[in-house]
Amino acid sequence: MDMTETPARPNRPVYLDNQATTRCDPRVVAAMLPWFTEQYGNPHSAEHIMGRVAEAAVETARGQVASLLGADPREIVFTSGATESNNIAIKGAARFAARYGDGERRRIVTVVTEHKCVLESVADLKEEGFEPVFLPVGPDGLLDPEVLRQALTVPTLLVSVMAVNNEIGVVQDIAAHAAIAKAAGALFHTDLAQAVGKIPVDLTGWKADLASVSGHKIYGPKGIGALFVRRRPRARLLPLFSGGGQERGVRSGTLPAPLVVGLGEASRLAAEEMAAESARIGVLRDRMFNALRALIPGIAINGSTAHRIPGNLNLTFPAEKAQSMLERMPDLCVSTGSACSSAAIEPSYVLRALGLDDDAAGRTLRIGIGRFTSPADIDYAASALAAAHSGRNAADHLAEA
Amino acid sequence: MHYLDANASEPLRPEAKAAIAAAFEVTGNPSSVHAAGRAARRLLEDARERVAARFSVRDQDVVFTSGGTEADALAVHALGLGRRMIVCATEHDAVRAATPGAAVLPVDRDGVADLDALRAMLGSGPAALVCLMLANNETGTIQPVAEAASLCRAHGALLHVDAVQAAGRIAVDLTAQGCHSLAVSAHKLGGPAGVGALLVSPELSTIAPLIAGGGQERGRRGGTPALAAIAGFAAVCGLGADQTRLAALRDRAEAAAVHHGAVVCGGAAARLANTTSLALPGVRADAQVIALDLDGIAVSAGAACSSGKVQTSHVLTAMGLGRLAGQAIRVSLPWNVPDEAIDAFEAAYARMAARLRPALVPTAA
Repeated sequence: MDMTETPARPNRPVYLDNQATTRCDPRVVAAMLPWFTEQYGNPHSAEHIMGRVAEAAVETARGQVASLLGADPREIVFTSGATESNNIAIKGAARFAARYGDGERRRIVTVVTEHKCVLESVADLKEEGFEPVFLPVGPDGLLDPEVLRQALTVPTLLVSVMAVNNEIGVVQDIAAHAAIAKAAGALFHTDLAQAVGKIPVDLTGWKADLASVSGHKIYGPKGIGALFVRRRPRARLLPLFSGGGQERGVRSGTLPAPLVVGLGEASRLAAEEMAAESARIGVLRDRMFNALRALIPGIAINGSTAHRIPGNLNLTFPAEKAQSMLERMPDLCVSTGSACSSAAIEPSYVLRALGLDDDAAGRTLRIGIGRFTSPADIDYAASALAAAHSGRNAADHLAEA
Repeated sequence: MHYLDANASEPLRPEAKAAIAAAFEVTGNPSSVHAAGRAARRLLEDARERVAARFSVRDQDVVFTSGGTEADALAVHALGLGRRMIVCATEHDAVRAATPGAAVLPVDRDGVADLDALRAMLGSGPAALVCLMLANNETGTIQPVAEAASLCRAHGALLHVDAVQAAGRIAVDLTAQGCHSLAVSAHKLGGPAGVGALLVSPELSTIAPLIAGGGQERGRRGGTPALAAIAGFAAVCGLGADQTRLAALRDRAEAAAVHHGAVVCGGAAARLANTTSLALPGVRADAQVIALDLDGIAVSAGAACSSGKVQTSHVLTAMGLGRLAGQAIRVSLPWNVPDEAIDAFEAAYARMAARLRPALVPTAA
């Protein structure tokens, strides 16, 4: 399948919200479908052949995920998604330490721009006697290693830093942050939901203890994700919920073999295609930004441009409210922030952390370019955005064109 | 291979496959407000409506989870807050693991919960959360849930019902059964694995999430919902199998096994039509399962979750079956079981019993 070919007619609506979710790759769907029908054994039914066939498929997928992350297959636990992985990693590590550790370290350090589920998991632990600490970021959205080092002068149990931000796409220096955390005797967790398949990940080299992965952010299905749990030295966790004892007791419940196969195939494709895909998406991103800069003088990009995944633009428009622009562009799917809070009126806490005021945050849109974005999509989106910004409906604009 | 392990996972129904394949064509995140997001949201809410209708609850009383285990854990987490726990002895491990230190409600020899004991337990002590499954996964025994619910309500207790095995096989209706929450799992209904739901009574105002973040499912369960799997779940709600036919086939399989020396565990109780637990005295369960597997019959030695380790069943032990608890296999017929599967089972069981059963010790005349 050649994705670079310009389709005769652009897709409608044009989907440029690939940080919210991605289209499930048709190759991933094709890999999954047989597992929905012909192969319906429960992968935990090791007693009969149908269970063992499903189990083998799950283990192949585990290897594919591990290989993408630079991990050992035995370090991969399947979950329902990155939100569950983040909950297990943060609450599980804290509760294990509280129950079996010396109880000295109660501090949990994270960053103000993390995903809601990380912030809430850390905040929830306050009730259990832990001390949450939320570190600021610079105007570029990056965590200053010196700020982390300072925070860790107080003995700390766990540090959680996302590799790539979901709104502004900036890439944190995870290797450096993990090293600082390890040197200070803390566990290190990283939310990789937006990073996997976009930047090279090497969990072994990075010395991370825990890491979270999502299927639907990498052209896989929704409802599946993974948690990396380091083996040597072993990161220890209490499960969020128990039961059948699947996934080495870290995560109970029947594994959805088809979705696991989908995550495996999505991981395999990501590993294989990341370099070429990043280059292609980077070209599209530049094409979009250059077009918008020419059409809308004064447009500004939020967050570091040097340390950023290629597929993300987070743009503050000079004159028009984002909400009004969205209403004029029914055929363009972009967003005002993270999907979880899209319906909320509140300005993005990520943008506020960068120092944007509410007015500027209210003039900001997130544009997420992905595997299935064509150059024609980019050209349409740029002109639709420019039209909407000048107060015209994208449809009228298109009719004139 | 004849698949007689439906209680581990029902084969996916074609209606589910079609719905899943269609849902994979929808790109958006249901939380996004743009056109793609709204299409995804529509799919999610249509599915919620069908699931709600199937179990007689309002749309907003359906909390989608990753499956039955998470639904059980969420129920215990949310409903059990500040309450003492009373848990039936034969509950699934998902409930038992979530309720360490719970008082154990005993069962009789057929696995039926002792309601007199429940009354006594409720009468002594502070407000409780009671966990009682509607139908047991190993024996198919159906519990007197409506009666238990009345008792619980009379004592100010909450009742959580694990209906994972019951859904799709007997009537599951939160209002009629009078419980406060119900856990269901799609793959036991002929839907896909990876999705289930906790159905909550409108009486419960708040459900504290087990998985925090994102605000999905009205703040009761964080994380982007498993959209395609949910669509598959909804597609099988309302479908049923011919339970009379399943019961006849099950009875035939059971009679053949009994003829070769098997004892039916829980046979005198009201049971699911598709399930039987067959103990063969003197023969370890794993040996039976392996022999049947090699002979083309897929059954299990109890719950599928134990990950290959065949353990003595806590369910059968609670029923007072002693050594038989390690000598029973579970035969559970899927919705699409062909008649020939039962013929094949009868023949394979006869061969297995002839080979493995210890020589009968002659009894004194």
